Amino acid sequence: MSNDILVITEHMDGKFSDVSFEMVGKAKELANAWGGQSIAVVVGGGVSSNVFASDSTIHVDDAALSNFNPEAYGKVIEALVKEKSPKVVMFGWTATGMDLAAWLSAKLGVPCAAYVKNIGADMTMSCQAYGGKMSADVSPEGDMAIAACLAGSFPVEAGQGSTAATTMASPVDLGSLKVKFVEAIKPAGGDVDITSQVKLVSIGRGIGGKENVELAEELAGKIGATVSCSRPVVDAGWLPRTRQVGKSGLKVKPKLYLMLGISGAPEHLEGMKSAELIIAVNTDKKAPIFNVAHYGATADLFEVAEAMLELL
Amino acid sequence: MNIVVAIKHIPSIADDLPVSGNTVDFDSVDFVLNEFDEQSIEQAVLVKEAVGGTVTVVGVDMIGELDAVLHLALAKGADKAVKITGDDPAADSHTQAKWLSEAIKGMSADIIFAGVQASNDLDGQIGPMLAAYLDMPYIGGVSSVEVAGDSATVNKEFAGGVGAKYEVSLPMVVGVQASVKPPRYAPVSKVRQVAQTATIEKVAPSGEVSSGLTMKKMAPPVVTGHAEMIEGSSKEVAAKIVELLKSKGLA
Repeated sequence: MSNDILVITEHMDGKFSDVSFEMVGKAKELANAWGGQSIAVVVGGGVSSNVFASDSTIHVDDAALSNFNPEAYGKVIEALVKEKSPKVVMFGWTATGMDLAAWLSAKLGVPCAAYVKNIGADMTMSCQAYGGKMSADVSPEGDMAIAACLAGSFPVEAGQGSTAATTMASPVDLGSLKVKFVEAIKPAGGDVDITSQVKLVSIGRGIGGKENVELAEELAGKIGATVSCSRPVVDAGWLPRTRQVGKSGLKVKPKLYLMLGISGAPEHLEGMKSAELIIAVNTDKKAPIFNVAHYGATADLFEVAEAMLELL
Repeated sequence: MNIVVAIKHIPSIADDLPVSGNTVDFDSVDFVLNEFDEQSIEQAVLVKEAVGGTVTVVGVDMIGELDAVLHLALAKGADKAVKITGDDPAADSHTQAKWLSEAIKGMSADIIFAGVQASNDLDGQIGPMLAAYLDMPYIGGVSSVEVAGDSATVNKEFAGGVGAKYEVSLPMVVGVQASVKPPRYAPVSKVRQVAQTATIEKVAPSGEVSSGLTMKKMAPPVVTGHAEMIEGSSKEVAAKIVELLKSKGLA
């Protein structure tokens, strides 16, 4: 066992995601406290890996790793973790990290904490739970733990640097994979681009049904805004995926983000917390969105929207 | 085709979550089906409708109220329902995944669906853990599934409409983000009818693992900021919002 921290970074189209740098910065801090090394792990090609402030960077490249493949990436990461025996393995709690962190935990019998917001020098992991309504401090048993970290938890800058990466071939055979990458899927065109809108009226589950979307459209029309939404609205088929704000949707930064019936799950906040003016109307006075919005009201969104229409 | 759906019965976050000691006070919260499992059940039924087979829904009975959830799944097109009599409202994801994997081992599953995540996945999600325990590949964040012969083509979403298409040799575990079509509605009369006639198979929990996490503290998050709350009737709220927008040149 060592006091090292392995950070599984992620990249797409030649660019690392912010969460990669955030985790490397945190790993450096922990490595200093523990007398270990922060090691950034880059899996897959098509990216310049000399960009981290880590003590070292390992870049595993192989033709089978050129696109994200949970099976291939999992095998490579499992082999590296076994070889390095780090104290902590950090993943992003992201579309890719979520495929790997809990899998590795069950595979190796190593504890895993998800939705991690912070890791203390005593290994206490502070996590978001129950859609952001709770905060939990957990402490992992044993010599190794996996932390799946929420994006935006640590500063990006602390992880940026120019450590020269050591490139290596895959430590495991990737010849007979059950998962094959077929092709990339690009966003469907044709709809408005919500990321370039100055004003958004954003609706959540509270809108109740497809027939009520019209009310939001009407209100948006009155103030020159576009209607966006949270994930449940898209999953229910009330609006197309091009309108979804959040972790699995788009990141927006409008001047106005008027929220009707969105409780503010962490996944949604990830996509809109930088909006200049956030106003939230929700019936649940304890909705997490009220900790992020600039203005809020505990009220019925339909009554408020209709009253606004009369005044505009 | 043997299609299995592994579901999770979780505390509802729609209401307040009272805390007792270091956990949620499970006695005073409602339990609901994980919202992603609704998508997962729908996707499973869609696959059955496309290629034939049976859909078996299996979950850990956390508080003795899983029957209603299973009846609803049957009314929506599942063929068999299995409950693992855990009766432990605090069973973590590792424990549930282990129990589920043991129950699923005898089902000759060709494809297993699970919701991509749940709001109480403090130790990770059951989908990838099932895959590890059953030694099958896993892909999560999936928004469409097509099965042909002994392979499945799945679309995984990254963010903002960007994704990737994968072809996977079955069996596999799929973590469902969203089904291709929104979950269907099951009329109350049908659910009631199913509840009267359906048999739910009971299985004792088998296999033991631990998440390896010790809960030190559970509490509402320390809030660093709070919205300025607009008080009053809906009309007054509307008037203040309009005034605010006008004052900032936004309306």
